[in-house]
Amino acid sequence: MGTDYDIVVLGAGPAGLTAGIYAARARRSVLVLDTGTVGGQTVLSYQVANYPGVAETSGRELSRAMAEQARAFGCDIKAFARVADVELRGEVKVVTMRDGARFRSRAVIVASGGVPRKLGVEGEETFVGQGISYCATCDGDFFTGRPIAVIGGGNSALEESVALSRYASHITVIHEFDHFQAEPWVVAEAQSNPRTSFLMNQRVLGFTGVKGLEEVRSVDKATGVVTRTTVDGCFVFIGYVPNSGAFEGQMELNERGEVVTDEALRTSLPGVFAAGDVRHKRVRQITTAVADGTVAALSALEYLSGAAA
Amino acid sequence: MLQTGLEHIESEEAFRQALEENDNVMICCGRMGPMCLPVYDIMETLTPEYPHVAFRDMAFDEPVGRVVRDLPETAGFTGLPFTVYFREGKVVAATSSIQTMDQVTAVLDAKFAPQA
Repeated sequence: MGTDYDIVVLGAGPAGLTAGIYAARARRSVLVLDTGTVGGQTVLSYQVANYPGVAETSGRELSRAMAEQARAFGCDIKAFARVADVELRGEVKVVTMRDGARFRSRAVIVASGGVPRKLGVEGEETFVGQGISYCATCDGDFFTGRPIAVIGGGNSALEESVALSRYASHITVIHEFDHFQAEPWVVAEAQSNPRTSFLMNQRVLGFTGVKGLEEVRSVDKATGVVTRTTVDGCFVFIGYVPNSGAFEGQMELNERGEVVTDEALRTSLPGVFAAGDVRHKRVRQITTAVADGTVAALSALEYLSGAAA
Repeated sequence: MLQTGLEHIESEEAFRQALEENDNVMICCGRMGPMCLPVYDIMETLTPEYPHVAFRDMAFDEPVGRVVRDLPETAGFTGLPFTVYFREGKVVAATSSIQTMDQVTAVLDAKFAPQA
């Protein structure tokens, strides 16, 4: 059971869908697989207002339009795919599904994106959805008039702390460094909020509570002083990690687990290309993912032409 | 109203009817937000695979949402969506916030196993 394709794309975010559009339009048989929903992290954006040519849309709508466009060119897309194994080292690449089905191709584009980074501390899993949240827009109103913490010091964390100040009685921003990574004007806006205080240079130790989340424990990395912050909620925005675990030991990854590519988005494996947030890059936007998808698809097409010659 | 491909529960009468007419019911109560959309998509995907389960959604902010919001099993929930699994009219599981396909199927397989 299974099917042969010219190109299998792993990931149905903007990078993967764009690769699907370009490769299918070039009349190659293309399968886009994703273990989650179509759109990847893009669906987590309520509003997209900086995608050129589209004044305003949602991440979901933009993703669906991309998927529809890819399908119109003949691209197969399977969301919520139950992938068991990915073998990329041979000339023929093989993706095996949990039901035993196999998809074979001569080229693969890895566009598996990233997943929100977790703290990995005691109580984090226990209180997800019962105090701990990763979406201020979704869950902010549950904390109206209540104290919360925001963990992180980048643009997302500080922008969301400002947004959450519409609801919360007090916000404690807990950050692991003694300086912020956010843009200066974002930092300034957060710092000017009278209901926000800051705990810097902290390592979060854990979350505790009896009837839901009640306390965040953190330690000052310089002094060793432990702080117990009383909260009803905590929003975690500490960035993303690449979704590259399936490729460890098969292709070159850097120290952060990002796929290493050259300018043509070739990986260390012949016939394997990478696009979007899974690869080593500095700027992670929908537009840069789309650009990556384009380059990876054109490189894969070139590879297939060479391989066919 | 939610813009999904699922059957919507829009009144308390429809809620009661869904529980009366179906042994196994999964209801996702949420908004059209980023944590909710993936769960609706999972339910749509699973509908043909789990014919013995009635998959429904419900708008969290509509009056009917009260029937899920006010359940004792969702009392401490602070993350959308609230997803509740009913077997023979009784709550057998409830989850808060976004769920993965594996998390949803784990509950479905454990709580709604087809009877031999």
